[in-house]
Amino acid sequence: MGKVVLVTGVSRDLGRRFARSLAAEAGVDRVVGVDAVPPQRDIGDVTFVRADIRNPVIAKVIAKEDVDTVVHMSVIATPGSTGGRGTMKELNIIGTMQLLAACQKAPGIRNLVVKSTSTVYGASSRDPAMFTEDMEPRRQPSSGYAKDVAEIEGYVRGFGRRRPDVRVTTLRLANVLGPHVTSPTTSYFRLPVIPTVLGFDPRLQFVHERDLMRVLTHAVHSEIPGTYNIAGDGVMLLSQAVRRLRKPTVPLVRPAVGAVASVLKSARMADFSPEQLGFLTFGRGIDTTRMREDLRFEPEYTSEQTFCDFAAAIGGGPGPVERAVDGLSAALGEPATALSTAGVTGVPHG
Amino acid sequence: MADAEVIPIGTGGRPGRGTGNARPSKASRTLAGGSSRPKSRRTSKPSDAGGADETPDPGEIPVRETRPPTTTEDRGPTSGITPSEWLAAFQAGAGQVFGNDWEPRLAEFLAFLRRRLTGEYEVDQFGFDPEVAERLLLASLRPLAEKWFRIEVRGTENIPGEGGALVVSNHSGTLPVDTLMTLFTIHEQTGRFLRPLGADLVFRMPFVSSLARKGGSTLACNEDAERMLTGGELVGVWPEGFKGIGKPFTERYKLQRFGRGGFVAAALRTGVPIVPLSVVGAEEIYPLIGNVPALARLLGIPYVPITPFFPWLGPLGMVPLPSKWLMEFGEPIRTDEYDEGAADDPMLVFNVTDQVRETIQQSLYALLVQRSSVWR
Repeated sequence: MGKVVLVTGVSRDLGRRFARSLAAEAGVDRVVGVDAVPPQRDIGDVTFVRADIRNPVIAKVIAKEDVDTVVHMSVIATPGSTGGRGTMKELNIIGTMQLLAACQKAPGIRNLVVKSTSTVYGASSRDPAMFTEDMEPRRQPSSGYAKDVAEIEGYVRGFGRRRPDVRVTTLRLANVLGPHVTSPTTSYFRLPVIPTVLGFDPRLQFVHERDLMRVLTHAVHSEIPGTYNIAGDGVMLLSQAVRRLRKPTVPLVRPAVGAVASVLKSARMADFSPEQLGFLTFGRGIDTTRMREDLRFEPEYTSEQTFCDFAAAIGGGPGPVERAVDGLSAALGEPATALSTAGVTGVPHG
Repeated sequence: MADAEVIPIGTGGRPGRGTGNARPSKASRTLAGGSSRPKSRRTSKPSDAGGADETPDPGEIPVRETRPPTTTEDRGPTSGITPSEWLAAFQAGAGQVFGNDWEPRLAEFLAFLRRRLTGEYEVDQFGFDPEVAERLLLASLRPLAEKWFRIEVRGTENIPGEGGALVVSNHSGTLPVDTLMTLFTIHEQTGRFLRPLGADLVFRMPFVSSLARKGGSTLACNEDAERMLTGGELVGVWPEGFKGIGKPFTERYKLQRFGRGGFVAAALRTGVPIVPLSVVGAEEIYPLIGNVPALARLLGIPYVPITPFFPWLGPLGMVPLPSKWLMEFGEPIRTDEYDEGAADDPMLVFNVTDQVRETIQQSLYALLVQRSSVWR
């Protein structure tokens, strides 16, 4: 008998597509998608149940559909269309509490997969270069998304203690990028001119949206409990990333970036969240050793490939300086190209 | 590098750039008008074009013919310059700047430029960018290290050629110039990049933070130190921290407390050798004679230095004094012979810390005796 999976947060694109692809998997009998608003596009074989996870209806859905696996994807980073910060917090915190309460009462539940984020580690000047799963943020977040996620993870741990028979998998994902993803990070990179924090060059890691789908599917099938960092290999600097995008940047002092962010937010040009400012200043790296060794998951895309894929979808063409350099290289002819590739590989790397 | 070549000035009225080559370059021929093929105008026989290492026979004095004044065919400014002429002129210029093998070298430079422009280079997990570190940071330190401080290095054989190792050094000089000089010296002597561990203040300051990460540094915490050492890097640590670098001039060459010995624990856990490094000379570059604690608290920095020249002379006071530097790498202290769990034995950690500290202090005294004066 295959699994019956409940997926929350299917109204948004990533949730919808994950639910759809999961429904097509062998070993999965039925997928039930739950959200407060119906999904905008086709959800295929997924049974959609319109239910707000903030109220106890969700318990009835779990009991009636005989759900054994729950994938919690509806933790949102920005209020977006849902309204203000209050609604967002309620969706995140109360929604998770209700969902976990329902799961606790349902004897049939065997697996719980929670899509969390590396934002729980915060971002500060005192961060280690790479966070492992057992590290705490250097400073506890006082508000916003980061605090929501920290509290949600706390509830999930509490649930794990009360129901030791349920395998709980928490996935802390680095920034998810992809042509279809709408998130504070993608809207930041979609800006025509990218504001950066003057004098800082944060390290970034990315996960490709396809790897997100794969790791969630892997977690549903493999049933390996634990908390895992998920990120593509390698890190990129923000300066590198914007050069790949071929977009101009405006370096601003840190308080000014905050002001610009709130202007952009009110103009609905970008969904800036306050923890993003810290992230754009200090960056963050997460260690993925346990993802490989314990979860046995191998991402298809490195951070760099993920970003290139994203940049190809939204980025501009080569700029004038780059064209001039290319033209010059071309004018130098055949030996030049041969040597330029040799130059790339011949750089000493310590 | 190509050998330096002597470029004679003046062409003696012939079309050309004055390279002294027997045959003027294509560019100059084009610019001087289409008909001016180099005829046998002179008595010395025309040699191969571009042979820069060929010098005219000094015994043979070229006899000059009288020639009509040169002119160009186009008198008006309207005809413009064709792209091929630009290209030829550019090639000639490139030949001047990059020497004989200008084509591959220019191609390499362009590839480098393109890589930097498009972001197609790699950084490691700590944000270390070897290209920036080597081509920008270390290259710009060379004159300071070689001409200004005249660094004399001893015991470089004690730096392991490969594998993880922890270089522990004394810290002094008000500004961390000694860190930069150690970076330069180790790269110069062994070709390895030293990965310094820095205080969190470094990563809080704009510009400094991004340059520090690109230069290979990371936060001084056990997690990062162990991660780097496990990765086989040569890690540098200055355990005195701000107590060492910001100590008054009267206390020069007196080692301060070596932190909590976290660096020893990291070395014990990873089993890498500890290389003690003593630096003499950095104490005198900015003699710290005063501090403004109130201003320092306001700015959130450990101290606001007052030296005999700063802030009195303004930016000029920031020029370091040209003291003579001596660096000595001591014999490595092995840490792989201790039992498992030695890092969790505080007494052992304190003992090893003291041993390292004592070694550095003794060799500091020895080096001071060897230095004839502060300046030479």
